[in-house]
Amino acid sequence: MEQTLEFTIDGLPVTAAPGETIMAAADAAGIYIPRLCAMKGLSPFGACRLCTVLVDGRSQSACTQPAAAGMVVENDTEQLQGFRKNLIDMLFVEGNHFCMACEKSGNCELQALAYRFGILAPKYQYQFPQREIDASHPDVLLDRNRCILCARCVRASQELDGKEIAGFVGRGGEKHLAASSGCGFVGTDVAADDAALAACPVGALLRKRVGFSTPIGQRKYDHQPIGCEKELRPEKSSTTSDVQKGVAS
Amino acid sequence: MGKGAERIVIEPVTRVEGHGKVTILLDEQRQVQEARLHIVEFRGFERFIQGRPLWEIPVLVQRLCGICPVSHHLCAAKAIDHIVGADQLTATAHKMRLLMHHGQFLQSHALHFFHLCSPDLLFGFDADVAKRNVIGIIGAHPELARQGVLLRKYGQEIIRATAGKKIHGTGAIPGGINKNLSLAERDDLLTDLEQIVAWSRDVVTLAKDYTLEHLEELAPLGSFDSSHMAIVRDDGAYDIYDGRLRACSAEGEVILDHADNQTYHHVLAEEVRPWSYMKFPFIRELGPRDGWYRVGPLARLNVCDYFDTPLAEAARKEFAAVTGGKPCNVTMAYHWARMIELLHSAETIDQLLHDPDLQGNDLVVTGERRLEGVGIIEAPRGTLFHHYRVNEDDQITMCNLIVSTTSNNEPMNRAVKKVAMDHLNGVETITEGMLNRVEVAIRAYDPCLSCATHAMGQMPLVVELHDADGAVLDKRVRDA
Repeated sequence: MEQTLEFTIDGLPVTAAPGETIMAAADAAGIYIPRLCAMKGLSPFGACRLCTVLVDGRSQSACTQPAAAGMVVENDTEQLQGFRKNLIDMLFVEGNHFCMACEKSGNCELQALAYRFGILAPKYQYQFPQREIDASHPDVLLDRNRCILCARCVRASQELDGKEIAGFVGRGGEKHLAASSGCGFVGTDVAADDAALAACPVGALLRKRVGFSTPIGQRKYDHQPIGCEKELRPEKSSTTSDVQKGVAS
Repeated sequence: MGKGAERIVIEPVTRVEGHGKVTILLDEQRQVQEARLHIVEFRGFERFIQGRPLWEIPVLVQRLCGICPVSHHLCAAKAIDHIVGADQLTATAHKMRLLMHHGQFLQSHALHFFHLCSPDLLFGFDADVAKRNVIGIIGAHPELARQGVLLRKYGQEIIRATAGKKIHGTGAIPGGINKNLSLAERDDLLTDLEQIVAWSRDVVTLAKDYTLEHLEELAPLGSFDSSHMAIVRDDGAYDIYDGRLRACSAEGEVILDHADNQTYHHVLAEEVRPWSYMKFPFIRELGPRDGWYRVGPLARLNVCDYFDTPLAEAARKEFAAVTGGKPCNVTMAYHWARMIELLHSAETIDQLLHDPDLQGNDLVVTGERRLEGVGIIEAPRGTLFHHYRVNEDDQITMCNLIVSTTSNNEPMNRAVKKVAMDHLNGVETITEGMLNRVEVAIRAYDPCLSCATHAMGQMPLVVELHDADGAVLDKRVRDA
């Protein structure tokens, strides 16, 4: 029988297999830790920092940190939820996220997190960056205005599709996703049904001509906040207690 | 000491959608020199949608407005339909869009008549301004106010059932629609339908009786002869979703008929003037001076041959009888015409809700791809044009919008000037009631100012220097 480790998240006893991350153990225990760059089936990346928890008082990203016996993890605290809310807020103003006309609205993890955290309008100043669209491929569109640099498409392409369709270029505020060809995605072997497209949590890497074909009311987050599907007791979460029960934009 | 020249400003114009102001210049003899409606806000949709993917457009451009977004949603969808080669939608898609559009007419017309205009009509143009508003209507005519609210609500419920949300939904997609009407949704809407049709009949009677009883006062108010334009079906039937352009003169002579929608710019052109963000469209054949025209309920009733629903057709005949079948050029008759349209929408909703095609599952068609498309539709406020070009990568490269209020720009300015000349010329003491008549004439058009502003280039600026008596001493103009 495989050895299990025992630790606590917000005082609740949780078990994990050796090498298992805090996030994976939390998911199995019905505890939701917010995330954007983490995705089941992809290697941990630790880019977005939304899953930051306190492990014995020190900040760690739950998606990369393996669980250890006896560790005391804090997740749903006022301070951590405040940090997460600010991170989400900054992601919105850093790009050009206009939910009202985005076809991913209602299925977007960033938007869903904003609703879960009660963000109805950003508190930081919009940056309105100039970002280019790559529409060169007949079936795939990259709208960098909405890219949050989570690298889920990059990892899914490598790890699930066995391809190398894109990577990051530039640094700091200039960092952006670029197709692994000099002429945009049309020069890559990306295909509309690649896992890379399905992995995008926002409306950045899109299958062309899908648009708004899913009616309002049938979208993923139309009826329950993001994370509820992982939570045993969503009503206990501080972020779902009084936010987002309505329909997304 | 006599008064000098005076500049009267009505700002903002109230009980209309958007922000505008009126300026009236009086000379030293208190004669009206100029009177204009200025639109003081700016939209940039034609420019900033360039580069966006074409399937996003029907949802994106409807954000032009919160009152009749369905018009922009459907008009853009029709233009994009042409681009994706969807020349004939499925019956389900076509009728779902029709239902959405008539739901919008119901809610928009109810909003305009009951919330925005009924205070003028029921209390009088000179009534106490503190009372002359929707709250006053609720106090003095609670049952009427209730009907207005519930008529609008019903229209919004239709929109929610067809587009997913009451405002800014997503129903129309390139080549069709993203949902049908479930039986549960249909049955919900059928519950109140009989009452809605009955109230719609009542409000036509109210508007008719009011217009005829006050005709002496209303007939000259902001009125003038004009051309009229709308789309009609090939057989001349009134249709707000599909048809081709027809225009007639003030006397009813046909100026153009069955104009091809995709080449509307062969029959229409637009002029830009330095003092307004709105463009001034005109019929090419008549030129910029004489080619302006009116759109909206009055124009639609003037150019169509008949309504295809019995109650509205009977009401149209009564309306047409007043002018002996000739076009009606009375600005204030817009209200009566608008309520006949509201009744027609209620009747059409009744027909559609009993049509099993709405429960079909064949929702989208595609065809041979094109690089350009034009959609023309009748919005509550008048004919609406959406024109797009796209590149091979599915991105918008050009957009031109001619919205209803833009077409009514010249008529509204004429109405403002007419009222100012009739009521302010030579008057020593200008009352609030006199100025309200200027707004009443504007409101008759139900202008949507926010979606009507499309000038390009540098913002024009006018600076005027007045002396203590209000006389203009100097003026500098920076043209656009």
